Amino acid sequence: MSERVLMKGNEAMAEAAIRAGCRHFFGYPITPQTEVAAYMSKKMPKIGGTYLQAESEIAAINMVLGAASAGVRAMTSSSSPGISLKTEGISYIAGSDLPCLIVNVERGGPGLGGIQPAQSDYWQATRALGHGDFHVLVFAPSTVQEVVDLVFLAYDLAEKYRMPAMLLSDGLLGQMMEPVSFPEPVEKFIEKPWATNGHQNKRPHNIVNSLYLAPDELERTVVERFARYAKVEETEQRCQEYLCDDADYIIVAFGATSRVSQSAVDTLRARGVKAGLLRPVTLWPFPKDAIRSHIPHVKGFLSVEMNMGQMVDDIRLTVEGKVPVEFFGRTGGVIPRPAEVVEKVLTMAGGDR
Amino acid sequence: MAMVYEKSKMLTDAPLHYCPGCTHGIIHKLVAESLEELEAGGRAVGVAPVGCSVMAYNYFSCDMVEAPHGRAPAIATGLKRALPDGVIFTYQGDGDLAAIGTAETVHAATRGENITVIFVNNAIYGMTGGQMAPTTLPGQVTQTTPYGRDVTKAGFPVRVCEMLSTLSGVAYAERVSVDTVPNIRKAKAAIKKAFETQIAGKGFSIVEVLSTCPTNWGLTPVEALQWLRDNMIPYYPLGVYQDRTANEKGVF
Repeated sequence: MSERVLMKGNEAMAEAAIRAGCRHFFGYPITPQTEVAAYMSKKMPKIGGTYLQAESEIAAINMVLGAASAGVRAMTSSSSPGISLKTEGISYIAGSDLPCLIVNVERGGPGLGGIQPAQSDYWQATRALGHGDFHVLVFAPSTVQEVVDLVFLAYDLAEKYRMPAMLLSDGLLGQMMEPVSFPEPVEKFIEKPWATNGHQNKRPHNIVNSLYLAPDELERTVVERFARYAKVEETEQRCQEYLCDDADYIIVAFGATSRVSQSAVDTLRARGVKAGLLRPVTLWPFPKDAIRSHIPHVKGFLSVEMNMGQMVDDIRLTVEGKVPVEFFGRTGGVIPRPAEVVEKVLTMAGGDR
Repeated sequence: MAMVYEKSKMLTDAPLHYCPGCTHGIIHKLVAESLEELEAGGRAVGVAPVGCSVMAYNYFSCDMVEAPHGRAPAIATGLKRALPDGVIFTYQGDGDLAAIGTAETVHAATRGENITVIFVNNAIYGMTGGQMAPTTLPGQVTQTTPYGRDVTKAGFPVRVCEMLSTLSGVAYAERVSVDTVPNIRKAKAAIKKAFETQIAGKGFSIVEVLSTCPTNWGLTPVEALQWLRDNMIPYYPLGVYQDRTANEKGVF
C-alpha cells in the first residue's frame, strides 16, 4: 500500500485504474465525471498509455469494446445521460463476453436533468444497461478509499467472469476529497486465450461476436452466461453492516446516502431506537443473503436513496413481504438530511421518542 | 501438376452466404489476397459490420470482431490503440458507414487513425431487403423510395471519398469498382496500397468499392454490372481522392 494522500474521488478512481493495469481510457466530456478524464489525459501519455477523447459516448464505449477484444484492461467513464448513450455498446460487450470497466458518476435525471449528485440510475445499472438478457457487475463505493479498492476488484471479477463491470459513483463521492492509499500496481494478469490480438499463425482465428442467428444456439449462449451469473450471485454478494445484529429497524442505503444513513443510525441509537445500517457494496449481485439473514429479528427495513424509490424494489423482492419495507428518498440532486431519515424511522417505530 | 490458382489462405473454408451475382465475394478475395501478399494475416484483426457482410468474421481467417451497426471504426480504433503493430481493418457497407456510422467514420478519419476501411457501396440496404441507403442515387427505386429517391424529400446521396478527402488525417482514399476484370485489378492494387499505408504508419486509409446488389436492384448479375457502369460511376467517379503516402510521415 502507498502512503496516504488526500485526493478527490474522481482522481483517485483514475489513479486506481492505472494501478490496476488500465492503459486504455476512452471518454467524452460530461459533468460530474470530468476529473476522471482530465487525470487520465495527464497521466496516460507519461506511462505509454492511451487517453482518447472520442467523438461521442457511443464511440467511446465501442473503442472500449475494441480494446477489450484485444485483451487489455480498458475503461470509460461518464455520467448519467452519457451512460444512456453507451448502453448499446454495453449490451454488445456483455453479449461478446468481454471484461471492461465502465464508470457512472451519477447526476440527476431524467433527460438532461441536473449536475448534482443522484442515485436515479439504480434501475438502469441493475436492469437496463442495454437490450437483451444480461447482467453487469455493479459496485457502489461510499468512500474515496472504497472507490480505489473496488476499481481493482471490478477488473478482477470482470475478467474472472468475462463480463463488464460498472462502478456506480455519484457527484458527491466524485467531487469530495478524502485520505486514500493505493494498493501496489497490478503486474500479473490472467491469460485471455479468447482475445482477438492477432493469431500470429499459431492458432485458429478468434472471433469476438454476439450474433447467433439460430435460436437454439443463441439460447445456449445466454443460458451458459446465466450459469455464470448464478455463480456470481452465489459467491460475489458484498455488503457492510453497522449495528444490524440486534436491530429492530435496518436502513438499507448505498453510496452517498449510506453516509447520511449512518449518522441517522447513531442519532436513533442515542434516542433508544435499535436501528442498523446495511450498505450494499455490490448492487448486482444484490446482497440478498445478508438482508434475508435479518428478516427474523427486524420489524422493518427502510430503503434510503437519492431517487424516487428504485433499490427498494430489490429489497421487497428479497424480503418477500415477510416484514414491512419502506422507502425514503430525495431526488433531483437533493441530498437527504440525517434528520429526515431519523424522522422516517421514528414514524415506522410508531411515533416520537 | 503445377498449381496455377489457389484460394487465399486468408479465407476460411466456410461457404459464403451472399446472393448469386453479388460482388462481396470478389471484394473478400481482394482483401484476403492483399493481406496474404503482405504477410499480415497473423497480426491482422478485422472488424465486421452490420449489413450483408455481418458474417465476414466467418470468412476471413484472421482474428475478427463483430461490431454494432456503424461502430466498426470506433472498435478498430480501440483495437489499434491496444495493438499498435496489428493490421486493423473494417469491412463496411454504405448504410453502416455513411448513415448510422457517419460520426465514427469521419472522426476515425480526421484523427488519422492508422486503420484501413474497406467500404462497399452498392447504393442500397441489402440485408434488410432493399431500403434506401445514404448512397442511393436520385430517382433510384428501393423498397422505401418506391417512386424513386426524391431529393426534395430524401436529400442527396453522400459521396464518401470526396467528403473524407478534405480531412487532414486521411492518408489515402480511392474509389474503385469491381464491374470488370481491369477494374478488379485496380481495386486489388488500391486495397493493397491501403494496407501498405497502414503498415507504414501513415494514417487513415479507405477504399470505396462500387458494388452490385442484383437481388435488391431486381436485375440479373450481368444487368446489375451494366447498371453500376451506367448509373453509379457517373455519380461516384472512380479515382484517387487523397494520397499523402509519398510523405515520409504520412498525414502527421
